[in-house]
Amino acid sequence: MGKKWRIRLSGTGGQGVIKGAMILAEAALLDGRNATQSQVYGPESRGGSTRAEVNISDARILYPKVENPNLLLCLSPEAYQKYIGDISEDAIIVLDGDLDKGALDRSGVYRLPITEIARDQLGKEVVANVVALGAINGIAGILSDEAVYESLARSFPEKILDVNRQAYQLGFQAGKAAIE
Amino acid sequence: MSKVRLVQGNEACALGAIAAGATFYAGYPITPSTEVAEQIAVLFPKIGGKFIQMEDEIASIGAIIGASAAGHKSFTATSGPGFSLMQELIGYAAITEIPTVVIDVMRPGPSTGLPTLSSQGDIQQARWGTHGDHSIIALSPSSVMEAYYETIQAFNLAEKYRTPVVLLMDEEIGHLKERFEVNDEEKPEIINRKAPEPGKEYIPYENTEDMIPPFAVFGSGYRYHITGLTHGEKGFYSSALPVVDAMIRRLWHKIEDRVDDICRFEQVDTADAEILLIAYGSTARSAEEAAEVLRAEGIKAGVLRPITIWPFHDQYIAEICQGRKAIIVPEMNMGQYVREVQRVVQDVPVHSLTRVDGEMITPTEITAMVKEVL
Repeated sequence: MGKKWRIRLSGTGGQGVIKGAMILAEAALLDGRNATQSQVYGPESRGGSTRAEVNISDARILYPKVENPNLLLCLSPEAYQKYIGDISEDAIIVLDGDLDKGALDRSGVYRLPITEIARDQLGKEVVANVVALGAINGIAGILSDEAVYESLARSFPEKILDVNRQAYQLGFQAGKAAIE
Repeated sequence: MSKVRLVQGNEACALGAIAAGATFYAGYPITPSTEVAEQIAVLFPKIGGKFIQMEDEIASIGAIIGASAAGHKSFTATSGPGFSLMQELIGYAAITEIPTVVIDVMRPGPSTGLPTLSSQGDIQQARWGTHGDHSIIALSPSSVMEAYYETIQAFNLAEKYRTPVVLLMDEEIGHLKERFEVNDEEKPEIINRKAPEPGKEYIPYENTEDMIPPFAVFGSGYRYHITGLTHGEKGFYSSALPVVDAMIRRLWHKIEDRVDDICRFEQVDTADAEILLIAYGSTARSAEEAAEVLRAEGIKAGVLRPITIWPFHDQYIAEICQGRKAIIVPEMNMGQYVREVQRVVQDVPVHSLTRVDGEMITPTEITAMVKEVL
């Protein structure tokens, strides 16, 4: 049995966290696991902090929402403030750079320059969500690469697929490097 | 690569409608049901179906009743405020016996309420929202796959029983994304309305043995009268006492006498359960998880999940509740389904667990209540 993941992706509306969560959940299904993906709809998705959640398990997933996430991604300081509260003790926390200003003093915290990689290496800040997905997978090893590539191919039209593949690879390498 | 994909409950309804043979949709967009319309607007043109965005919900249900009379399997999707507006014509579909499917993705009310969150507050409205004595069928899915299959079932029942059918889906399931996988080889059973027998005189509202008269599609060569007034077997208005009485009773009994055919339930660990949780829709998932947690702690809990909400199967519910220590009915309303359970269960305590803030009832809330009543 693979590990049961309770994942919360958070950021500012427009950063693509919901899209990221959908790619993640679909890849988990392609790996033969079960997944549920949900998010809060409402004014939050227009500029304010937003979150999207994914459960991944080999068993049937009953309660479909995420309680006490064991993996949290924060792409904005506001999201960090808002969504750090109920994480589990052993949670992996992936932050976009030093957005907590070093405040979080515990193991399992990874500060990676996610938006910077998207902007400086790929020239497209909008792919930060897929860089983040790569980073998460590099750190936690949740999904097979094949499943991620298939999920990416289903999620993006041909002309922007390549940059998203690169975004995933760069994120993955950064994540891998962080745990080594 | 595998055919499995991530699909949302609302999208699964649209796919189910197409699998059932639907070719006409008229609707007015409303959160949290809008994705049903969005999907149909994309998919129907590819299969020759017709999608119409109407000026409001009253016009929407009017259009689907008309299209169904012309032989198209027709449906609409809405949420509480739109469902309220549709009520009068749901009664029209009931008295004229025109098959229609209404998907109601439930959000908290009354009125505009809380558009983006979840509720199961339309349970009794689905039963009694339109005036007068009538019967109705309502189904409630608990997963994305079930949203697909129960939409097919909704069309089948509408066709078989010549009745409006409501798919009562809470927002949690409507917006949830999870595994969707349909095997193309395994075609689901599709039921079509009974047609008149050629060469035989057509009596449009004939009191046939099964109480469901055959349906002559408009434009198929038969000439007859459809009215929302009480009517005799020929379809024309009548106020003659025995005619009215026979019509109303047939509308009632054609469904209420068929609960064994219509009503479906799922039982999980009920055999030796001292505590029986009765839950539907997304709440049933929390109930099942709660039962697992309780079992692990040595408390014998089980779940009865009604997939068919209406008609209510009095005898089935009464029998399954017999000999339990307690029954708990968690639901995202102030206790709408529990009233029915309490009506038929006298000798076992029946407790109501309610939540009305737009969020799902959690497994922890259910286990806490079980421990409280034990």
